[in-house]
Amino acid sequence: MAAREEARHHILTVLVENKFGVLSRVAGLFSRRGYNIYSLAVSPTDDERFSRMTVVVDAESSPIEQITKQLNKLIPVIKINELGPDEGVERELMLATVKAGPEVRSQVTELASIFEARIVDVGFDAMTLMVAGSPNRLDAMSDLLAPFGIIELQRTGRIALPKLTRQPTRLRTVKSRSA
Amino acid sequence: MKLTGAQALIKSLEMENVEVMFGLPGGAILPVYDPLIDSSIRHVLVRHEQGAGHMAEGYAHATGRPGVAMVTSGPAATNIVTPLCDAYMDSVPIVVITGQVAYSSIGTDAFQEADTVGITMPVTKHNWLVTDAQDIPRIVREAFHVATTGRPGPVLVDVPKDVSNAQMDWYWPDGVELPGYRPSTKGHAKQIKEAARLINQARRPVIYAGGGILKGRAAEALRELAELAGLHVVTTLMARGAFPDDHPLCLGMPGMHGNYTAITSMQRADLLITLGARFDDRVTGKVSAFAPDAKIIHVDVDPAELGKVRRPDVPIVGDSRLVIEELVKAVRAEQSKHGKSDLTDWDRQIDEWRRDHPLQYEQQDGGPLKPQYCIEALRDNTPDDTIVVAGVGQHQMWTSQYWRFNHPYTWVNSGGLGTMGFAVPAAIGAKVGKPERMVWAVDGDGCFQMTAQELVTASAERIPVKIAILNNAYLGMVRQWQELFYEERYSEVYLSPDLPDYVKWAEAMGCVGLRVDTPEDVVPAIEKANEVDDRPVVIDFRTDYREKVYPMVAAGDSNDNVILGPEYGEGGY
Ligand SMILES: Cc1ncc(C[n+]2csc(CCOP(=O)(O)OP(=O)(O)O)c2C)c(N)n1
Ligand SMILES: [Mg+2]
Repeated sequence: MAAREEARHHILTVLVENKFGVLSRVAGLFSRRGYNIYSLAVSPTDDERFSRMTVVVDAESSPIEQITKQLNKLIPVIKINELGPDEGVERELMLATVKAGPEVRSQVTELASIFEARIVDVGFDAMTLMVAGSPNRLDAMSDLLAPFGIIELQRTGRIALPKLTRQPTRLRTVKSRSA
Repeated sequence: MKLTGAQALIKSLEMENVEVMFGLPGGAILPVYDPLIDSSIRHVLVRHEQGAGHMAEGYAHATGRPGVAMVTSGPAATNIVTPLCDAYMDSVPIVVITGQVAYSSIGTDAFQEADTVGITMPVTKHNWLVTDAQDIPRIVREAFHVATTGRPGPVLVDVPKDVSNAQMDWYWPDGVELPGYRPSTKGHAKQIKEAARLINQARRPVIYAGGGILKGRAAEALRELAELAGLHVVTTLMARGAFPDDHPLCLGMPGMHGNYTAITSMQRADLLITLGARFDDRVTGKVSAFAPDAKIIHVDVDPAELGKVRRPDVPIVGDSRLVIEELVKAVRAEQSKHGKSDLTDWDRQIDEWRRDHPLQYEQQDGGPLKPQYCIEALRDNTPDDTIVVAGVGQHQMWTSQYWRFNHPYTWVNSGGLGTMGFAVPAAIGAKVGKPERMVWAVDGDGCFQMTAQELVTASAERIPVKIAILNNAYLGMVRQWQELFYEERYSEVYLSPDLPDYVKWAEAMGCVGLRVDTPEDVVPAIEKANEVDDRPVVIDFRTDYREKVYPMVAAGDSNDNVILGPEYGEGGY
């Protein structure tokens, strides 16, 4: 199921001016125009004047071309790159606190090692794991942790860069001009 | 030179050649009203901040220059949200300055604090909260640049009181630096060539001209294109006047209350040359049934309009005037290569439609006064370049249908938002911008009651606008829908013809008030009003409440189903 969902997602990486209110301009645009955000991550870039937003949208329910065009009209939006379903390397981070009493603790740690997750906190009957990876992998991990009993789980939302191929780049610049 | 933020703000407005602003002071904007006393900028003191916003819009519509309004924080800022939204929908360049509570107390629910930037974000092209007095000249410069370039629109600058009181070192920036804002101007040469090819091959072409012609100052270019290729032109509600109504190629207004020929020629067209229009639902009717055989050329300065509603065959992003000028050259080249296309059959068909389905109404001698008759009388007894402003409702549609707009920038109305109460303040703004021209507002009785108090402003400031109220004692347009689509179940639409007494009300506001009950009195009253030049005039035309706007395409219906008039029966075409 997770994999099928993957296929519908488009990723927009949006370079924005690092200024007051930019996140609410972007978020407001999505709600005003009736587009759905699947996930959203905001991070600083190596240039402190800019931040990067990674917006994952459902390509079926949202008109991706309209979204990028409308985003382009926001004045603090500098550049938008669009990654189609297979065009990006996507990673996400997950923290999960699971029930892990003495009788199952070793099973949980074993699962953690299969997923190359790290144990970042241990309590008497619970453990917090951290795992980074593709969204699919995190889905699998959380499915497998579920039977133990998930107490809390958080994911960062994904960040993405274009896949490298023998062609120079698959990055498509869609911001060229605005009105 | 050291200035306060407030002084810098006024000086920046002067640098932007602002000659007039509309506003009303209050606590948070007080510092800025002080240096205004010593400024060359004229200030028009309104009676409600909504009026300030619509005046700025009227000024911008009539002059093409950005209108400026200035109000205080909180309730004043929320009062101007409607004009901002109106200007956003109709791409009107206005700059609104709002006072804000001190930056240091933002977020504390201080007295008259409102999140003005947050509230107005979705209804402005861009807005700014000034956090440092030193930024004021830069931001003002950016604000005017953004408002007036690309697709024009409203902007807002929110200025906290401590920022306007703070000291800054005066400077005036050479230009603007907005890396995320680069509106395109020139269209793509290859696309223009392709468009010219389609135009020269079309058998049933129609130019679908929208408000972008006026915003882009492209009326002359449009005329050149139309005449060069013999193309008929429809002018949308926002484009009335962009192509002269007395031109043989002009088809007038399309859409829900457009005339039969304008609607039907678009429906049957094989090519729609869409120039600065946006396929609004009031024009297209049911989108899937709209102009089914037409290829689409779509020219717009806003790339997001291309493909938003209807996918164009030839999309061209660019300034309407520049693109049309290039298109003229390209069509000429096509014509010299392949000869001019023969449109005789199409022209004959259009003439037939025009002959068979003209607009119609009947004014009987001694019968109830028809609103259309009042408009025709007004049209025929005012100068050709009169600026006409409308409210929203039946009277607006009749004015658009029956006026003859022979010049650009003579029609001011609220199209996209449909804001009742627009007419009186917008007329005042238009008259301030074009004092040498006669300005008539055609208003509804319902609309008039929403913003009439601005006639006090007009009297006080000696702005002699003229208002024709088509008083049908109803929220007529809503009544029309209830009559046609709700089985004549009239719910909350009756207003009364004489409560208020419009003549007394006009007089109380310092205007001349006149009342007209019969067709014979129409022209004398207009002549009398035209003679008044030192104060506003209001004429209360008591019109037939039963009159409805036809033709009509029911909302959501196909444009093939034009209802021509009541005689075609319920739902009949
Ligand atoms: C601010 C606002 N409120 C409500 C409406 C809905 N509305 C559209 S037309 C109309 C009736 C307008 O009545 P009037 O001004 O008398 O004009 P008429 O249609 O009678 O010519 C109404 C209520 C609107 N467009 N704007
Ligand atoms: Mg009415």
